Amino acid sequence: MCVVCGCSQTQRNRVPAPAHPSRPQGQASPERLLAQAATAASDDAAAPETGPRIDPLSGDLDYGAGAARVSVPGLSQVRAIKLEHDILGANDRIAAQNRAHFAAHGVLALNLVSSPGSGKTTLLCATIEALRRRHPALPVAVIEGDQQTAFDAERIRATGAPAIQINTGKGCHLDAPMVAAAFAQLHRHEPEQAHGHSHSHEHEQAHGHSHEHGSGGHGHDHAHAHAHAHAPGHDHATPSLLFIENVGNLVCPALWDLGERAKVAILSVTEGEDKPLKYPDMFAAARLMILNKIDLLPHVQFDVARCIELARRVNPGIEVLQVSATTGAGLDDWLHWLEHELGHDHGHEHEHAHGAGHAHASEQALRVRVAQLEAELAQLRQTVAAPS
Amino acid sequence: MHEASLAGGVLQLVDDCAQREGFARVLELRLEVGQLAGVDVAALRFALDCIAPGTRLEGARIELVETPGQAWCLGCSTRVPIAQRGDPCPACSSYLLEPTGGMELRVLDLQVSDD
Repeated sequence: MCVVCGCSQTQRNRVPAPAHPSRPQGQASPERLLAQAATAASDDAAAPETGPRIDPLSGDLDYGAGAARVSVPGLSQVRAIKLEHDILGANDRIAAQNRAHFAAHGVLALNLVSSPGSGKTTLLCATIEALRRRHPALPVAVIEGDQQTAFDAERIRATGAPAIQINTGKGCHLDAPMVAAAFAQLHRHEPEQAHGHSHSHEHEQAHGHSHEHGSGGHGHDHAHAHAHAHAPGHDHATPSLLFIENVGNLVCPALWDLGERAKVAILSVTEGEDKPLKYPDMFAAARLMILNKIDLLPHVQFDVARCIELARRVNPGIEVLQVSATTGAGLDDWLHWLEHELGHDHGHEHEHAHGAGHAHASEQALRVRVAQLEAELAQLRQTVAAPS
Repeated sequence: MHEASLAGGVLQLVDDCAQREGFARVLELRLEVGQLAGVDVAALRFALDCIAPGTRLEGARIELVETPGQAWCLGCSTRVPIAQRGDPCPACSSYLLEPTGGMELRVLDLQVSDD
């Protein structure tokens, strides 16, 4: 790049660029002033900020153009920058990449969230074993999030399913780069079980962004685009299931999109029935609430109906299942739900007994809303079209 | 406690911006935090104060602009203000609310200096 003005011509060119006629040294030309300013500023050739504003046509210098409107020796100009960037934007970009990645590989990814001790891992172990009986060919993998220890991943591995433990240290939630990195590890460590086909180069490429996250926060956008040039539908699209067990915490994980299809909130009946209202963000973000440990209902004070009512106050569309991971009660409903999401609920008796009435109600409410919006739109169109 | 992570996200955005725009420090930073964004404003402010020393945010005046929560009420088909999720519609007491505003979590703008 030209060091004088930043144009694309190089000074090493045999013929001097006609745009920069040579001048005796020391003589200040407008171009030269601009050049000094340009090298002082950042490489994207932003206007010089330490010095005056220079009129590009006349070379005039304006020391009062900054926000301070005056030049004070020793004091630099202050300027305002409009940013309007989402604070979670860097995470959300990687989450979008994860989502595209999962879709391209036929992976149904679910983000399991709950407070500690709700029985997530027990439910997962029971689910994996039940799925193996029903769908022996369905690959199931787990990403485990905890602050410390690999106990949960070991419990999952004991079922024969591949698992990767993420220790967040002091962190209170998983984020999208962690999941991208863990998913890459799953492929490296369990290629046979997890997917049974080799396409290692894509994964090297696809998961490079986990490093970029630490160094810059920007630049993730392009790393992934080409890795997904292939359309879903060929051999990669063999359906598989990925459970992401988030850190036990009903607050923080609500905000972090990991690229999952849905968040599943697990609430055990040994907790308070008012938790959905106490931790509304999590239940608002979840598509499904699983009430776990229902075998203990006779022994605890837990009003199931009230709990569901409170959950629907914060999320009118939330689906609800009642399960006991230890006795297996209600597990079939949960397996149906998974099969439905996987897209292979092939015609068997599947009546959506769970919360069917409600799903219907919220669907109807949505239809009503669509109709209202359409009416509003029609009205607005009329207003616009009407001659004033 | 996720406010600490969010503060880190703010600092990352500021640092990225500094690389593009070439400034040394931030004098003033304005953040927009929606009432329904799931963020405790006091905790976020505390987290920002904690990470600021030694960064471009050191000494910066930080303004947190809270935007009100808003929802579309399926019960009475109007746009209504809500302070938090789980609150009923102030007009018809329905809980069939679809939040439409107040979920923002953004860096709005900053005043920067070059030294």
